[in-house]
Parts: sequence; C-alpha cells; structure tokens
Amino acid sequence: MASRKIGIHRLYAQDPLQADEQLWGRKPQALSRRGFLRRSALVAMATVLGAPIVFAEHFPAGLIPAALAHSSEAFALPGKAPGLIVLNDRPINAETPPHLLDDPLTPADLFFVRNNGLPPQQSTIDPSTWTLTIDGEAARQSKTYTLTELKAQFRHHTYQLTLECGGNGRKEFNPPAKGNQWSMGAIGCAAWTGVRLADVLQDVGMTSKALYIGYYGKDQHLSGDTSKVVISRGVPIAKALDEHSLIAWAMNGAPLPWLNGYPLRLVFGGWPASTSGKWLQRISVRDQVHDGPKMGGQSYRVPCRPVAPGTKVKDEDMCIIESMPVKSLLTYPQSGAMIKEGRRLSIRGKAWAGELAAAAVDYSIDFGMTWKPCQLLPAANRLAWQSFSAKVDFPQKGYYEVWARARDSQGSSQPMLLPGWNPKGYLNNACHRIAIKVV
Amino acid sequence: MGSNGDIHSRFRRQLYITVTRLAAFIVLGSGMILLYIPFGEAFKASLERPELIESGGGMALEEDWDKIENGIHLRTGLIVAEGFELVKGTCTTCHSAKLVIQNRASRQGWKDMIRWMQQSQGLWELGESEERILDYLAKHYAPEAIGRRRALEIAEWYVLEEEE
Repeated sequence: MASRKIGIHRLYAQDPLQADEQLWGRKPQALSRRGFLRRSALVAMATVLGAPIVFAEHFPAGLIPAALAHSSEAFALPGKAPGLIVLNDRPINAETPPHLLDDPLTPADLFFVRNNGLPPQQSTIDPSTWTLTIDGEAARQSKTYTLTELKAQFRHHTYQLTLECGGNGRKEFNPPAKGNQWSMGAIGCAAWTGVRLADVLQDVGMTSKALYIGYYGKDQHLSGDTSKVVISRGVPIAKALDEHSLIAWAMNGAPLPWLNGYPLRLVFGGWPASTSGKWLQRISVRDQVHDGPKMGGQSYRVPCRPVAPGTKVKDEDMCIIESMPVKSLLTYPQSGAMIKEGRRLSIRGKAWAGELAAAAVDYSIDFGMTWKPCQLLPAANRLAWQSFSAKVDFPQKGYYEVWARARDSQGSSQPMLLPGWNPKGYLNNACHRIAIKVV
Repeated sequence: MGSNGDIHSRFRRQLYITVTRLAAFIVLGSGMILLYIPFGEAFKASLERPELIESGGGMALEEDWDKIENGIHLRTGLIVAEGFELVKGTCTTCHSAKLVIQNRASRQGWKDMIRWMQQSQGLWELGESEERILDYLAKHYAPEAIGRRRALEIAEWYVLEEEE
C-alpha cells in the first residue's frame, strides 16, 4: 500500500499530467479513508488548494496539507514518512520533513517548493520554443538562445548543488517574522545538469562595468496583474562566473519538475535559493546591484549590524544575504523513535555550509555537555551537501535528544540556540535535534 | 508477488482510473455548462466563490463546504469569530488562508503586513474594514512567547527496530 504511493510520486516526476489524472482517482480514496470531511474528490482537491477546481489539475502528487501531514496514515511512506508539508497553497510553498531527506540526492518529488507567484501553466510551456535572452546595460549585445541552441552550443555539466531557502527555519524566530513559516525542510541537494552561466555570458560578451546579474522568469503575480514581475533576483558577477553556477534543464537526470522551474532555471549552490530563478526567460547583466522585486527593502536581507530581537531596521541598514551559513539535519531516524535499552542507534544526516564545505559534524545526547564526532563524507563536488553518520549508545532508559552540530571549513559552528534575530527571520542555522526514548 | 499479479492489479487500477476520470469529467463538464448558462460573465467570479457553484450548478458539492468544527472553518482553517467572514473575503482573494494561519504578529505587525501588501502587492484600501480585520488578526493570531528553543513536539512516538 505505502510503497505504491511512492510509486505515484515517482510517476508524477516522470509524467506530471498523467499522474495528476491518476491523483484524481486516488486522492479522494485516501482522504475518505480517514473520513476527511467526507467530501467528493473535487471538493477535497479544492479544499487542499484553497480555491475551487480551476487549479486542481496543477496540484502535484505528494503534497499534503499541513493539517494532515501527521495524521493521515493513507499518505504515509514506509517507516511512517509523510510527504511534503504544504505551508501555503497559493502560492505553493511546501517543505520536506527532515527524515525524507535521507537520500544521497533529494528525489525530484521530495524537493521543497518555494514559489512567490503562480508558475506558468503547464500547457503553455513548450521546451521546443522556449528561449533565454541575455541583455542588460553591461552586456555587449542582446542575444536570444532557444533551449535547443543552449544545449547544442555549450558544454554540458552536472553538479550536485545544495539549494536552501533563505527563510528556512523562520518558524523558530521570536518575535515571529512574517512570511512562510518554514520549519527545517526548505532544503535539498540534487544533481543539476545544464550549461555554465559563465560560458553563456562569455559568448554574449560583457563590458568591464558588469557588476551583477538579474533574472526574469515566466511566473505570474498572484494578483493576476501580468505587468507585475513576481520576483527578480540575482548574484554578483563573481558568483555568476563560478564554474558551478548553472543554467539547468535537468534534475537528477530528468527534466526539471514543473514547480521547480521547468523547463529552465538558474542554480547557484549554497546561496539563498531565491537567487536561482525558475522558468528562466531572461538574464540581465547589470552595471549596478540588481534592483528587481525582492532584491531591495527587507527581502532576503539581514541587518548589516546585529540588532536586539524585535528591532525595526531601516531598509538602508539591511544587507543582502550571500552565502548561506553552516547547517546540518538529522535525516535518520525520524524524531520520536523508541528503542530497546541496550540497543545501539544508527544516526544519519546531511551537512552543508553555503560557499564553504562542512569540516566536521558532532553529536550530543546530553544537551551539548559532551560531543562525539560523526563520520563525515566528502562532498561529491564543491557546494554539494555531505552525508554523516554515527552509532549512538545510551547509558540508561529515558528521554533523550540527539543534537547534531556541523562546523564549516573556516571554523564556524552551528549555534544551539537561535542565531541572531533579524526582522524577516532568515538564516536560522540552529542545531537540529531529534527525540529518542530508550525503553 | 508474481508479475502476473502485478499486471492484473495494474489493469484493475487503470480501469479504475479511467472510470474515475470519466466520471470526474462528466460531473465537472456538466457542472460547468450548468454554471455557465445562468451566470455568464459571473462565471469567473463563481470560481473564486464556491457558494455560487453550490446554488447554481447543482453539482453535488457538499452541504459542508462551509463546515465549522471546533470553531475552525474547515475549508480555510481560519478561526470562526467576529471578523472571520471579512478576513476570509478580503485576504483569500489573492492568497491562501494558510498564509494568515501560519503567521503570528501584534496588531502593529499585522498592520505593517497590510501596508506592505498595499504598497507592493496590489491590496486595495480597506477603509473601515481595516480596524475590524486588525481586531480579528491581533486577537486570534497574536505572537506566542516561544523563547529561543521550544520543547520538541512529537506527533507520535514509534517503535524503531534496528539491526545490530
């Protein structure tokens, strides 16, 4: 039963349209099994979407409303794993529970979704006519490539790159910060295939004034106003020219998932994922810091100088986030495991450190009084997350928390408490912990 | 499980899916036709306002569309109290109610969010409604003191059998 549901997830990754139709057939079944509102399939779908059936065709498999995530056995994966947790369905924002991030690479169907607007309708996306235009005041020319030309003209590269939402962990900040209340799981690492942004920029040519790039995608503003740009962010030229910065069309060897930018996106590993524009249509080479929506104001910025919790910070005192900080997640076991006294517990997890590498991961079962080292594997390539593991012994029966703490290659470690408060609740890299009972 | 069984269950599944799809299509299609005739231009609005679908379409859409359980409006998840209808009508025009529910803020914090939406997201002037909306949000979605790490919440303890 459960594994068949994973099958559906996989199916969705392979053929979203067909899977959507299949979803119509199975979802109400799954819902009615637990008597969820006893609604028809259409209304159940509508309920989940927060809007009637118009959007039902776009509702992807594997997404579960937060209210159901912990209680719906019908959706559970083997080992009681639920699917993605939907924080918001218009726009769609969904995160992956830590225990579903145990794969070496995050499968497409488990990769988190952070949308600012509405993705272009699937039926309107035609990869054979999709184009990417490079322009801007610091580009030597305006040049348009079809997706086919991009693939034909430039060398292909595949890198494992970690993407994490800048607001991952926002939920824990106090006073609370507005926005999607991400818990731990706005993070994933996949193998991305595409061409180097640097190669394309070199082909177009840049002036000596090139300072920043800014992207434009085909997503639509929530208000339906087509003249409004949803989000248009970017990175400094140095990051754009990094050999690991890709214009990508594939994730884990398959076309990008629709919600993750199909058919084309940017991937800047280790930086706030909002820099990695989706449904990519245009890249502007700028002679100034890019000024598209969500570059300025308080968006994806933190106070340039530390502030006390709750402080109002002026826009001009906020600085753009670049590299994400060192962080780790325990991906096995799922929090809440009960084990028999005398048994050894295997723990596993992932560590990453923005632009840097993780140098070490330690664990503690006594709330940080003592730490023991985990085995940490090297990254597949720069900017990829790293797996760690350990065998844990517990001295006696009782309640324990296993805490993991990663250290980056420059010596910075994760804090056990929340890091510095900031108005928008970014960069929470506090240690992850799971609850274990020895019985 | 032999491959025969797999093929069998796959066939049954396909059949089930096809029938379900067909049924959904017919229900949906006829519902839309019924809807479209009486409402004409109002059709688009009806998609945003399910109550119109209910009264007009004859789709067997649920007497419990606006069901309330334990003080929660199930479809949106919003707390049912003074100002609920106003908040539902105003906020969910552009975004999901989930965006409201998951946030916590003081009255001033909610006011700041409204201003931000007015400045950058196309939210209209709320006029007299604003105070009532703020009353509702500040009362039911106020910040909780959670400190700098709260106790872990365990949805369900489970037995973990591990091989040595």
